[in-house]
Order: sequence, then structure tokens, then C-alpha cells
Amino acid sequence: MTQAPALELKGISKSFGPVQANKDISISVQPGTVHGIIGENGAGKSTLMSILYGFYKADAGEIFISGQKTQIPDSQAAISAGIGMVFQHFKLVENFTVLENVVLGAEDGAMLRPSLAKARKLLTKLADEYELNVDPDAKIEDLGVGMQQRVEILKALYRQADILILDEPTGVLTPAEADHLFRILENLRAEGKTIILITHKLREIMEITDTVSVMRRGEMTATVKTSDTSPEELAELMVGRKVLLRVDKKPAEPGVPVLEIANLTMVDSDGVTRVKGIDLNVRAGEVVGIAGVAGNGQSELLEVLGGYATATGTIRLNGEELDLTGKHSDGQSRRNKGIAHVPEDRQREGLIMDFSAWENTAFGYHHDPKYQRNALFMDNAAIKKDTQEKMDRFDVRPPDPNLAAKNFSGGNQQKIVLAREIERNPELLLIGQPTRGVDIGAIEFIHQQIVALRDQGKAILLVSVELEEILALSDRIAVMFDGQIMGERMPADTDEKELGLLMAGVTEGAA
Amino acid sequence: MEKMPKWADVVLVPIISLLLAAILSAIVIAAIGESPWAALKLMVEGSLGSTYGWGYTLYYATNFMFTGLAVAVAFHARMFNIGGEGQAALGGLGVALVCMFIPFPHWSIALLVAAIAAGLFGAVWAAIPAYLQARRGSHIVITTIMFNFIASALLNFLLIGALKPKGSMEPATGKFPETTHLPTLHDILGVIGIPFSKAAPVNVSFIIAILACVVVWALIWKTRLGLEIRSYGESEPGAKYAGISPFKIIMISMFISGGLAGMMAINNVMGEAERLVLNSVEGAGFIGIAVALMGRSHPFGVFLAAILFGFLYQGGAELALWTSIPRELIIVIQALVILFTGALDNMVRTPLEAVFLSLRKKGA
Repeated sequence: MTQAPALELKGISKSFGPVQANKDISISVQPGTVHGIIGENGAGKSTLMSILYGFYKADAGEIFISGQKTQIPDSQAAISAGIGMVFQHFKLVENFTVLENVVLGAEDGAMLRPSLAKARKLLTKLADEYELNVDPDAKIEDLGVGMQQRVEILKALYRQADILILDEPTGVLTPAEADHLFRILENLRAEGKTIILITHKLREIMEITDTVSVMRRGEMTATVKTSDTSPEELAELMVGRKVLLRVDKKPAEPGVPVLEIANLTMVDSDGVTRVKGIDLNVRAGEVVGIAGVAGNGQSELLEVLGGYATATGTIRLNGEELDLTGKHSDGQSRRNKGIAHVPEDRQREGLIMDFSAWENTAFGYHHDPKYQRNALFMDNAAIKKDTQEKMDRFDVRPPDPNLAAKNFSGGNQQKIVLAREIERNPELLLIGQPTRGVDIGAIEFIHQQIVALRDQGKAILLVSVELEEILALSDRIAVMFDGQIMGERMPADTDEKELGLLMAGVTEGAA
Repeated sequence: MEKMPKWADVVLVPIISLLLAAILSAIVIAAIGESPWAALKLMVEGSLGSTYGWGYTLYYATNFMFTGLAVAVAFHARMFNIGGEGQAALGGLGVALVCMFIPFPHWSIALLVAAIAAGLFGAVWAAIPAYLQARRGSHIVITTIMFNFIASALLNFLLIGALKPKGSMEPATGKFPETTHLPTLHDILGVIGIPFSKAAPVNVSFIIAILACVVVWALIWKTRLGLEIRSYGESEPGAKYAGISPFKIIMISMFISGGLAGMMAINNVMGEAERLVLNSVEGAGFIGIAVALMGRSHPFGVFLAAILFGFLYQGGAELALWTSIPRELIIVIQALVILFTGALDNMVRTPLEAVFLSLRKKGA
């Protein structure tokens, strides 16, 4: 290729205090290609992109755009250099229309009308060219996440971006929506746009990128042509050692039903019905996975089971009916009955981030008699000793019970929660997003622990938005959409495509 | 990764804040034509230079320890109790009622009963806003401050009416009976032969305040309730997940907080005035907020900060007495200390963190 690279970074370094987030990073992206950047959480991907978009200033290094050396002190400079960014968390004004959001900050003059008219024309054109169909007059709050993401892309294109950066774009999308996004990206590439795709999902990298760069601990460990590599090789480059991508497990030997849910309905404090008459069983010795796009009632289901949200209907644990009114039950009584719960959001619920690891180990089990010294005081020494043992068994690093939870990596935080819940030897384990924000190396370990608990004959209810995880771990899959269970499948008899349709609310009859 | 060592956080930050406040105060004093150095000397001598000075400093510090602890306990549950003023006033009412209407054989029994009454009155006064917060979502900051006004009006009403001795022109109760008078530090230290000023108001309540610091420390860090309070304060969703009832924690923490504020009355009402007067709290409830902020809601920090503010109070009074520095300016100086140690905390902290980070980077 004789053309100057659309984007070239040379020797970019950035540190935050003693932490070096980016170490001497150089990449070169050809125009009209999709370049993937893959790496674990904390590998420095987001920092690198923030430098490119003018949020951080690099300590060292140079940025070239189409061969021109460019300074990017702020995001305005990035936009005028032709860089557009689609963030993981959309930056849209909820009660503005699509058109208003697209124009916002890029108005031509004091009067809005000419800008809006111009934008409307452009939007129609873009919709045709790239399959970027959005109703220009719809309000953002009325649009689904997939649509909102298109608005973000339109915003960037309206500002004449030639280089489009997408940060974990598929995290909130259904598989169908993700496929559509990839079609849009392919169209954009065909038009000569350059796309940088940041993700931790190997499948997406393989599907759409032309070249891929792997980041590990702030360094760019490799840049390869996608066609020359394999998911296994990329995973190894990301983690620095061989990784088992499949979960090794025997077929399940399900026993008697442990959890029986019948006609469960949950209305939240805003009066919205989140769970609509669900029936579901989980038997001893099996993992039941609940697939679904985030926000379709899975979180609320876990809250009800965990004892901190009220509901109607019946839930039986080993035949005994649980109180769902909140009058005679809370998280404590659920624990006493043998329900352990690894919550979806460990930083908000599962851990107190400012507490030490040992305080977090007692958290939720602080009534345990072996943690009390006498009627007045807790036995902090005993808790610390217990924590130390748990940390050793779950390979938490660093194994220091006095360290605050916030100072552990995502994977080690999750191991602290898992150790606390699994070591209680529960009858039923509720586990939400077990590997969200967890590095590949720890994912392997966490999956093994879940399977091991299942093999001990315990019932496990798994909620995850990662379809791969659901397929890998579950012995039976239930798909949730809009508070309802759309259907149950055995993992052997289904695939991502079918589950994806169910997740979007499409049942066999309609499809 | 900690941004800077703990000792820097708990020692260096307040000391630098204090120095900044002192420098600014010095400029203000110099600007009105007085010598800052002479003023500082006067303050130190007046508050720490004699047992009389110490007696006043520690008397004020006792008040601030109770109100500071009150704010600190509530802080741990992320409740901002700024109603210490009213709770302490109600505590005073509790003390006055038991001292006036129960015949006590000995001061020690009187102190015990009065402390319980003071705590209970303060606690109940705090429990009402707590209930409104827990059940109705009325913001505790708004309700506690409103309850300060209600407390003030209530005491006004009682002190010009039911509690005022017949024939008296003053809005105050009569003198409490002899058997309820508390031993001062002069009396206590006299037993072991240490001379201490007879005129200073510091009394046995000071020892109770220190005990309260120890009890609060144990409560917060050694008990299950403390763990629950701190959990709720750090994360409400987390507390719910763990099966900790927000209602229970709000009620209990505010009950304890109000109780501590109320117990201040054993010092100022029972120990010093020996009767209940109008506005007996004199702003100590609000100083408690600054004390808790500066003490980082840690009982030992509260203890130190309370003594510092005791020093400022007594030193300020001396300044007003012996120099032409007006009383208002002394309030300005106290306000500067509150401003720098409380509100402008991050002004010192952020640059200091940067210094420590760059030091560490060089070391690495």
C-alpha cells in the first residue's frame, strides 16, 4: 500500500502516577480498513483511545493523521482532525430528538432551522448509503439501545469523521443488532472510512476486522492480519499464556428440583412490571442459564430470589415456600436457607469497595456465630484467618486480607465474592454476570468453580448477557425478554442465532 | 493503589490546612494593626498557659467531643446530622428535669441518671427526623435543621413558663440542688494532690466524653452493628444485598447520634451552669460538624479536633478580653479553621497526592 496510513501512532506513552497505562505504543491503520484493538480490562485500550480523542495528553509520542503530524489537545481538535468516537455509554440528550442530538454542538449559526434542515437531508442520505435508518424526529428516550448507537454513529458522520472509533459497541446489543452494526461498519469501510473497534470479544475481532492489535499491561504485544491468526492465538497473546476457551465439563446429572418458581411477577418502585409471570425450575446438579439482553428482568429476578425485592407468585426452595413480601424475609433469611448470591454488580452490591477483603468476607455473613467473639464484639481475628484461607483456595492475588477491595483487579474482586458465596456450600447459587470485567485468565478459573459446585449436586442459576458464557456453562437455557421467559432450550439443540431471536422477543411462530 | 500513605492523609493534610488557616488569620490580624505573633502568644498562654486556661479549653473540648462524635456516628451511616444543636438543647431539658424533680442522694447517681435522660431526650429528638427520612424520604439535613428551630422554640416556651421559678425575671430554671453538682477537675485531681484551677468549669464530664470516644470507636470497628452501619453508609444497594435493613440502620445510627449530642448537656448544663438557661448550647452543635470533618469521623480524630477547637474558643475569648481585636474577628479566625479543615479539604489533599505520586515515581 502506497497510501499514507489514515492513522499512525508512534511511541505513545502515558502513566497515571506509578501506573504505566500505555508503554511506547505504535500502530498504523490503513484507510478503508477495520482495525481491532483487543485486550483485557486494564490493558490500556481505553487510555489509548482517550489520548486519541483528546481526553488525556500523552507523556510522549506522536500522532499522525493521513501522514500529517497532529496535536490533539481536546476533543474539539479530534473532531476537526476527522476522528469520531462512539462511546460505550452513549452521550445523548434523552429528551431531544435524533435530529437535535445530531446537530447539537455542530450548529452552523445562531439559528437552528438551517442546521436542522441540512442535517435532515444528510441523515436521509446516510440512511440509504449505510443502512443507518433512524427516525430523525424520534426522541432518544423512545429508542432502543441499538438505535441510540446508530445516532452516535450518525453524530460522528455528521461531523465528517473519517476515522470512527467504537468502544465495546456490542456490549448492550442483541446478536441481531450486533450483526446489523457490523453490516453498517462494512458499508462504511467500503466507502473508505477507517474504523477502530475496541473490544474484548474474540469472535467480533475474527468476524469483522482486517488487522488486529493486541494489548497487554499497557503494551502493544502484537499486530497481525486477522486472516493470519486464530482466536486461540489472540487469547494467548492477550493473557500471556495458553488459555482454555471451552469449559471442560461432564454431562449434568440433574436430581430433584431445588428451586421452583411459579407465576412470579415483580413490580418495581416506579410501578413498572419487570418480571411477568415466570415459571422456572432449577434442579440439583444442574446449571440453568438465563440469556437475555440487559434490562429484560433478569436483574430483578435475582433481586427477588436474593430476598431484597418484593414480588407475587411462589418460589419454593426444596419444597419450602419463601416469603416474597419482604415482611418475614431479607437477604439474611435467604442466606440462612442456603441461597448464596453472587450479584451482577459486584462493585455496587457484592462488595463494599472501601472495606478490606476480610470485612467483605464477613459482609452478608456477619451474623455467622464463628465470626463473633461474644455477645458484644465480632471476632475480627477469626474473620481475617477465614479470609486468608479463602483467598488461598481461590488464588486471590495479592492474598492480603487487609487490602481494600478497590485495590484488587476486577477478576480478584470477583474471586473474593465467589469465595465468600461458594465456600458457604449453598443449596442454590445465584450468580449474575460471573465474568463481567474479569480477565480471561480468571474467567477460566471462575467457570471451573461453577462447574465444580454443580458436580457436588448443587443447583445453580446463572444470569449472563454473554451468550458464549451461557452456552458454555449451562445445562439448560431459558431466554428472557421483556420480563418473560420466551422459551427453554438445551445447549446442544440450539445456537446463538436461535437464542438471539428469542432474546429479541421473536418466537418460533412469528419467525 | 493508595494515592498517598495513610499517615499523610490523617496527619499531614489537617496540619497543612491548619497552617494555611493560621497564615490567613495572621494576615487578617496584621491588617487591623495588631501583631499576629503577640495574638498567637496570647491565645496559647490564655488557653494552655495555666490550669485555668486548660480548664476552659477542656471544658469546651468536652462539649465538642460529644457533638463531634454525634456527627461522626451519623456520618458512618451517611446521615448528615446537623441537628446536634437542637438535640443538645433537648438533652439539657432532660438533665434539668431529672435534676430538678428527682431527689438524688449523691452526684454519681445523679450523673448516671442525668446522662441517660440527656441521651434519651437527644436521641428521641433525632429519631423523629430519622423516621421521616427512613419512611418518608424527607431529607435528614432539612429536617434536622428544622428541628433545631423547634427545639429552640420549645425551650423558650418552657423557660419563660413552666420551668421558670416564680418571681424570677430570667428565662432560666432555678439552681439545681447541691447533690447534683458535679466534681470539677480541681476536685478530682485534688484527691491525688495535683493542683488545678478551682474556677475552671471542666468537670467529670470530660472523663465521660473520653469514655464516649472509646465506646464509639469500639462500636464502629469492633461490633456487628458497626459493620452494618458502615456498610449502609458506604453502599445502600450493598447493604440491601447483604440483608441489612436501611430502616433499622437509619433509626439506630441517628438514635445513637442524637443521644451523644444530648449527652453534652451533662457538661454545660449540669457541670457548668448548674441550671438550664436559654441558648445553653451556644453553637457547640454546629462546631461538632467541623470537629467530625476534621477528625475524619474517627473518634480519636474527633478527640484531637475537639481539643483544638476548645483551644480556639478559649484562646479567642482571651484575645477579645485583652486586645482590641473585636470579637467578630475571632469568629472569623474560627471560621477560617473550619473552612480550611472542613470545606477546603481537597484543596490541600489533591496537590499533596500529586506530590506523593511524583515522589513515588522517582523512587520506583
